[in-house]
Amino acid sequence: MNTTNHAQDGAADEVADIVLDQFERLLAQHLSPQVLAACDGAVDDAAWPADLWRALNDSGLPLALVPEAADGIGLEARTAALLIRRCGQAALPLPLPETIAGAALWAAAGGGAPEDALTLVPAGSPVRITRRADGFVLDGRAAQVPWGGSVAALLVDAIDAAGVRHLVRITAPGTVRDPRHNLAGEPRDALDLTGCTAAIDEVRTAPDWAAEVGVGSVEAAGAWVRAQQLVGAMETCLASALDHARERQQFGRPLAKFQAIQHMLAEAAGHVAAATASADLAAACWGDARFVLATAMAKARCGEAAGHVAEICHQIHGAMGFTQEHPLHRATRRLWSWRDEFGSDARWQERIGRAVCAGGGTALWPMLVRLRAGAG
Amino acid sequence: MQSFRFSAEPLPAEAEAARAAVRVFLDAELAAGHFVPHRTSWTTFDAGFSRRAGAAGFIGLTMPAAYGGHERSGLVRFVVTEEMLAAGAPCGAHWISDRQSGPQILRHGSEAAKRAILPRICRGECAFGIGMSEPNSGSDLAAVRTRAARDGDDWLINGSKIWTTNAHQVDYLLALVRTGEPGPDRHGGLTQFIIDMAAPGVTVRPILDLSGHHEFNEVFFTDYRVPDAMMVGAEGEGWGLVTEELAFERSGPDRFLSDYRLLVELVDRIGPEPDRFQAVETGRMVAQLTALLGMSASVARLLDKGVVPGVEAALVKDVGNSFERAVPEIARRLVPVEPSLTAQGEPFREALGGVTLRAPSFTLRGGTREVLRGVIARGLGLR
Ligand SMILES: Cc1cc2nc3c(=O)[nH]c(=O)nc-3n(C[C@H](O)[C@H](O)[C@H](O)COP(=O)(O)OP(=O)(O)OC[C@H]3O[C@@H](n4cnc5c(N)ncnc54)[C@H](O)[C@@H]3O)c2cc1C
Repeated sequence: MNTTNHAQDGAADEVADIVLDQFERLLAQHLSPQVLAACDGAVDDAAWPADLWRALNDSGLPLALVPEAADGIGLEARTAALLIRRCGQAALPLPLPETIAGAALWAAAGGGAPEDALTLVPAGSPVRITRRADGFVLDGRAAQVPWGGSVAALLVDAIDAAGVRHLVRITAPGTVRDPRHNLAGEPRDALDLTGCTAAIDEVRTAPDWAAEVGVGSVEAAGAWVRAQQLVGAMETCLASALDHARERQQFGRPLAKFQAIQHMLAEAAGHVAAATASADLAAACWGDARFVLATAMAKARCGEAAGHVAEICHQIHGAMGFTQEHPLHRATRRLWSWRDEFGSDARWQERIGRAVCAGGGTALWPMLVRLRAGAG
Repeated sequence: MQSFRFSAEPLPAEAEAARAAVRVFLDAELAAGHFVPHRTSWTTFDAGFSRRAGAAGFIGLTMPAAYGGHERSGLVRFVVTEEMLAAGAPCGAHWISDRQSGPQILRHGSEAAKRAILPRICRGECAFGIGMSEPNSGSDLAAVRTRAARDGDDWLINGSKIWTTNAHQVDYLLALVRTGEPGPDRHGGLTQFIIDMAAPGVTVRPILDLSGHHEFNEVFFTDYRVPDAMMVGAEGEGWGLVTEELAFERSGPDRFLSDYRLLVELVDRIGPEPDRFQAVETGRMVAQLTALLGMSASVARLLDKGVVPGVEAALVKDVGNSFERAVPEIARRLVPVEPSLTAQGEPFREALGGVTLRAPSFTLRGGTREVLRGVIARGLGLR
């Protein structure tokens, strides 16, 4: 639940602190309650806080996880993950997390650093890709694309006629069929990709660490991002519930003095601690062979925790927490949305379960140990 | 925001290397038919196993060489314990000595006690029990009434302890007794003593558990004489010592791997082609376990650095116990069988039977769920 990572050594630590401080300043300057309220479910331009995005983009933060050699900041993945958690804590109404992961994935596939916002297209109905003389053409529809109608580029997993999966960047997104929103009022647009074209170098093979049978690299990167954001939003919920329990008095004493309340908060803290441990592992596995499995564990564990934490924290806030006026819903509506995006916890649990059963009981322990040894 | 001291640092290479060695030892034990994984647990008392583990160098790993130890890091010990648990090894004859009593004596015991006891612990030849609970002092540990009174250079102990695991088979107990007045915070006047079970004045009465199994006991002291040299820490410092000991007792992987072999048998029983329900629930358990493995490694790292992580240890135990408590309840829904302790040839049914009968103790022993949640709440600043 810490926003500073004690594990980091000196130099990396300093860079991390500088970047996180810079982000704090930008948030303090631009992310007012008015901006948050205006973006919540808005269908017009208000949904895109342009000043904030410009400031973020100028700061280079979207390239946090792109290596320096590819013109990025080259942060360690665990620091980039802290940045994304901070976005989750603050309910940032912009696809900075998607851009951070997407840009790094694209760079790992040999692509250049993007100059503007990028989003990740969740796996839905398959998107097909066909070779033409001068490039590629796409066919298919994408649903629930985060800020799909506002970003400069999309990353999508697309399949060719031979059944091979490609990582495709679309810089001229198709028409928005339907501007939609998740429960938190964040844009989740339906896009028609049929007829979109991609130049030869916009179609790449995903890095081998990021794709596995049945899971595309964009879907996995999206799940990785959402796991980190879920941790951030859970931290916000728990902090709010702890403050409320200490301040609100009933029966002549603070709620915090009631054992039932203490136990509920201890249980929530356990979920947050376990979710954080799994998200830490996934962060440490960015870019190595354990990425998809560690991400599966994190999305499964964080998604499960999200429901418990939201329930407990609402209970502790009483009726006040059920109002639009109280900011708790900014975190909890995101928990209820994000846990189902880029594969619900049940979907990822199913993938884990199938892999474990296919391997048999004896193989389970060595697999768990190898997975954790990848943290670092 | 609330901050806990967990992190995702990898275990050092030295620790991962020890894993290979302990696996070789455990494979040989299994091949020799020395234990049947799904029928044992880490509390299963098997003096032969512990002696062989000691001879192979897997006990007293962190102890100084002067006392027969191996001077390895706490993280090497962590890896070895983790492997023992995953294998379902019967560790009851050395677990408590190795996990808490030995380290406690090393830190706070007299030189005479260290010389007499630690080398035997390292050889796997000296078993300890925990003498904390009493009939009227369970969760409320500060209420202990067993009393030690000065008698020349010795102390005379009178009273009784209860629920003492393996008291009928251990060589010593590390007991918490009253030597003075409790004081305003009730934590004063308590002292820890090493109790030699072979000395006169101590008797053990078996208590059968709900399955008819004899593992815990009641222990009575009548003018039991213990020399000053067997006092651990200073007179009246017992509460602080016990708190420290509990951080070791509560944070380890034994708090969520008690029924790991049931999970293994479940996966094998389901087979390579699970239905969706089986896949989802199995995956859910494995994701929970992955998080716990990360948390417990973090706590081991803190302990190794000399930090006493009270709250983090309590979080591992509480989240861990909830996990291991749930495994049999989930397993029985995934594979419809009737659990039985005598289903020879059907290891899943047997494992399910054994764990179902043991599971209520998981959230009691070592501090109940409710007590742990109180510890966590204090760490969250609520009390
Ligand atoms: C298998 C097993 C092995 C054990 N081995 C040992 C051993 O080797 N040595 C040893 O010393 N002890 C041992 N114990 C004892 C164990 O530590 C105690 O059972 C435990 O501390 C609880 O005490 P109790 O059983 O007296 O329950 P009680 O303290 O009477 O508690 C009963 C119930 O009330 C709840 N409760 C109590 N106080 C509070 C409170 N303030 N707020 C909310 N709820 C509360 C408890 O959580 C529990 O649910 C063992 C127990 C078991 C089951």
